[in-house]
Amino acid sequence: MADAAPSRQRDTTLMGMYLFLASEIMLFGGLFAVALALRLLHPQEVAAASRRLHYGIGAANTVVLLTSSLAVALAVAAAEMGKVKGTVVSLLAAAGLGLGFLALKAVEYGMEIREQLLPAFTPAEAFESPPAHLFMDLYLVATALHAVHVTVGVVLLAGLAWRVHRRSLALPRGAAGVEVVGLYWHLVDVIWVFLYPILYLVR
Amino acid sequence: MNRLLTFWGGQASHHAHQVDTLFLGLAALAVLLSAPVFILIPWFAVKYRRGKPADRTHAADRSVWLEVSWAAIPFLATLAFYVWSTRLYIDLYQPPAEALAINAVGKQWMWKFQHPGGQAEINELHVPAGRPVEVTLASQDVIHSLFVPALRLKQDVVPGRYTRLWFTADTPGSYALVCAQFCGADHAVMGGRLVVQTPADYARWLEGMGTDGSLAAQGAVLFRTRGCSGCHGSAGTVHAPPLEGLYGRPVPLADGSVVTADDQYLRDSILLPQAQVAAGYPAIMPTFQNVLGEEDVLKLVAYIKSLANAPPPPRDRDDGGPP
Amino acid sequence: MTEVSYLEHGHSLKSWLLTTDHKRIAILYFLSITFFFFVGGAAAALIRIDLLTPEADLMSNEGYNRAFTLHGVIMVWFFLIPSIPNTFGNFLVPLMIGARDLAFPRLNLLSWYIYMLGGLFTLAVLVLGGVDTGWTFYTPLSSMFANGNVILAATAIFVVGFSSILTGLNFIVTVHRLRCPGMTWGRLPLFVWSIYATSLILVLATPVLSITLVLIAAERLFGVGVFNPALGGDPLLYQHLFWFYSHPAVYIMVLPALGVISELVTAAARKPVFGYRFVAGSSIAIAIIGFLVWGHHMFVAGQSMYASAVFSFLSLAVAVPSGIKVYNWTATLYKGHIALDPPFLFAMSFIGLFVVGGMTGLILAMLAVDVHVHDTYFVIAHFHYIMVGGTVSAYFGALHYWWPKMMGRWLPLVWGRLSAIFIFLGFNLTFFPQFILGYLGMPRRYHVYPAEFQTLHVLSSAGASVLGLAYLLPFTYLLYSLRHGEKAPPNPWGATGLEWTVPSPPPQHNFHELPTVDGPPYQYPVEPDAERETAHG
Repeated sequence: MADAAPSRQRDTTLMGMYLFLASEIMLFGGLFAVALALRLLHPQEVAAASRRLHYGIGAANTVVLLTSSLAVALAVAAAEMGKVKGTVVSLLAAAGLGLGFLALKAVEYGMEIREQLLPAFTPAEAFESPPAHLFMDLYLVATALHAVHVTVGVVLLAGLAWRVHRRSLALPRGAAGVEVVGLYWHLVDVIWVFLYPILYLVR
Repeated sequence: MNRLLTFWGGQASHHAHQVDTLFLGLAALAVLLSAPVFILIPWFAVKYRRGKPADRTHAADRSVWLEVSWAAIPFLATLAFYVWSTRLYIDLYQPPAEALAINAVGKQWMWKFQHPGGQAEINELHVPAGRPVEVTLASQDVIHSLFVPALRLKQDVVPGRYTRLWFTADTPGSYALVCAQFCGADHAVMGGRLVVQTPADYARWLEGMGTDGSLAAQGAVLFRTRGCSGCHGSAGTVHAPPLEGLYGRPVPLADGSVVTADDQYLRDSILLPQAQVAAGYPAIMPTFQNVLGEEDVLKLVAYIKSLANAPPPPRDRDDGGPP
Repeated sequence: MTEVSYLEHGHSLKSWLLTTDHKRIAILYFLSITFFFFVGGAAAALIRIDLLTPEADLMSNEGYNRAFTLHGVIMVWFFLIPSIPNTFGNFLVPLMIGARDLAFPRLNLLSWYIYMLGGLFTLAVLVLGGVDTGWTFYTPLSSMFANGNVILAATAIFVVGFSSILTGLNFIVTVHRLRCPGMTWGRLPLFVWSIYATSLILVLATPVLSITLVLIAAERLFGVGVFNPALGGDPLLYQHLFWFYSHPAVYIMVLPALGVISELVTAAARKPVFGYRFVAGSSIAIAIIGFLVWGHHMFVAGQSMYASAVFSFLSLAVAVPSGIKVYNWTATLYKGHIALDPPFLFAMSFIGLFVVGGMTGLILAMLAVDVHVHDTYFVIAHFHYIMVGGTVSAYFGALHYWWPKMMGRWLPLVWGRLSAIFIFLGFNLTFFPQFILGYLGMPRRYHVYPAEFQTLHVLSSAGASVLGLAYLLPFTYLLYSLRHGEKAPPNPWGATGLEWTVPSPPPQHNFHELPTVDGPPYQYPVEPDAERETAHG
């Protein structure tokens, strides 16, 4: 029973993370409910507004995030086997891809500001129709909230890589820590996988 | 404070009687269901007081049958009341066709009413006794709620949509009419009275009120002065849908769906013209949101309603619009 | 007993502010919640004084609107929601399930700091002039018209929401993972069941409120208009989102109280609870059905009549599990050995007031009646019977019952009985007249009212002054008992449950050796350590 304690600890931590993720799903669930309501109220204008988004960048970002999720999965596997270098490299790759996502998102925001699409940077009159304005409001709130989550994730991943590298998180004993952050990162990814079709592909 | 607020209470309609009966029935049910608890707990507390000798043998720890029955029986009893109350409620959504149509606009912090003949009043609503009245409610700003305690009725007034409230007041008299939904600083004084009059008195009152013509006629004036006629009129130079014969008919939209041209559709078409564009027409109509208040829009709706059975006018040019 | 109690283990401020001991965090919550209870109570006092006369003589319209908004915000989010879970839940859950602490002790401390941060924001709102939207923040009033500190207030509630989520998460994981050997689900104390059910709601409903508040703040800051009808948004969407959280939130407030009463009634009757499975299961049923009834706040809001009919039906269904609990408590008392100690008196008044609140809730769920009494004092009276008559009575019952355990001191039983009786009388005098006011048509949130309502309002205000004094009473004699009270034995009431097997106050790590449970809960009778004045009181 000597190693029962760490595995018990691991299960406890994971369970806590799962519950936190459940509450995160409810948080974005509220936004999805708003998106559904908008779509039902103004199907046409929402579709028209959605057509003006850069779905190519969104698709690229989907690929970037999915790849980073793969990297995180590899990091967890490496951590469980006690491979420090593999873990650090995979974590840094995932964090780097996360930064790539944010960079692409910033480029996209920039383009939308120039095209007078992004609320808070665009006068209300510039929108095609009030519902288009509403849709872009929702787009901004949802993607910004998601970007905040990505930023937090990048910081967590990089911090984890640093701690593993410095051996302040010993492997494979500390693999649960990698697993917990990995779970969070997967959720950030999954939320994007829902946001992308809801925002970009409802045309 | 507003002296008019003092006209409260009373039963001004058959519906009010029915609600009171329902309420008394429910109160009796509540007493019946809670009586075991209110009687038994003090009785047990005395009878089985600690240290007091009493027969305490065969005290059960559970009894599924007992528990299921005290879950199910009260529930079934409430279901009977559910059917009763839901029927009364559904009636509130089925106004008779011949109801007198009155418009109400709530704004911080007053009520404005418009009668079909064009008579307008503030914080007072005159209605004839014995005749169904259907009030169409619109809000200029925040959510209000038109509440007449004597009718046992209220309806929230939500900006952006028309809500409705209908009633038949039986007893002539003066009753409180208030705002029930918190609407800002002077919420508590946003009220006045509902004056129920005999039909003859009501007719006299209508005559005594000055008016600039019926609601529809006032709408027609707005139609010309606010520039609507420039596009929608017979001399219109722009390709815009004709409004004659529109009300109550199905309208095909640009996105392929079909809506009925009801009050809400007409209102939205004036204030949010880009939302539901009629098929075959360019989406060029500007919004009148900052130009027209809800009262004006209601007048325009009344005007368009009055054209429901008018023949489509000959156009100056054939613009190839849909039939 | 050589072990040092949790209270003796370090006396510095730092040892309190950086503690990860669930019992000390419970005390921190107790102190901060008590503070907010009196701030919210002060607002209530202003309201009741103002309503003594039909005119606006104490406060202006704006002042009154700010007072009731503050009263609602503070009482809901800073007192009722955290009250029983964060104090007694924190203190008792680990003790009751035979654990040394919660699953995440540091997260627990973080939750308290987040709560305090939210509290500071609320106090900032108060200092900067208040907020005037009502605690419901209905749009478009809150988003476009109100001129109070809406964003700051929304931030405060947003922040305190994270405290709720993290606390709920902590409890769920603790109950799943840290039960001592033999403590199966079927042996959990009913209080733990109710905290577990509450935590499910905390974790799943609170984030919906968070995102809704984000949208309101974004609407005020950037003109993001999903609730703005002028842009084609929908104010009813706000109400749906708000009540999707706030109706379950009602159960967050009352479920822990139901759990407390199950403990108090069995201990008072010295008898196993009647129908453990039904009482435990009804907590979970309430938590689940509670998510499906939010639309009953919107019967006159303009939602479709079919939706209203469904919500009305579901609201009747959610009353069933509450009814089971009340009838089961009654059956528990049958052939018991009932002592009229303060905790039981509070429990009795809870049951009485909760039944009145529940029955009027049933009446409110009836569509045709709700159309008349919605947004009147009838609703105010109804939810105060549940939340104040119910939850606050249970809170005081819990305080009296577990006080000897928490502080290691006896409390004066006579004073305890007196305050239970005064609170019951004061409460009924305050709120029963409001049922009548409501049915007569007195709308809520009015600072002026027609003169004929004055008698009832004066009665209500008179009751409120009795109630206010009665609420102060326990704090005086409880403080007194801290210094002068007799030392309490481990099990003063002769109750079952692991918390009574450890010394009073418990040692820092609760159990010297983790206990093992080998039987169902509530195996009465248990011999008390000392039969005090209960025998002849």
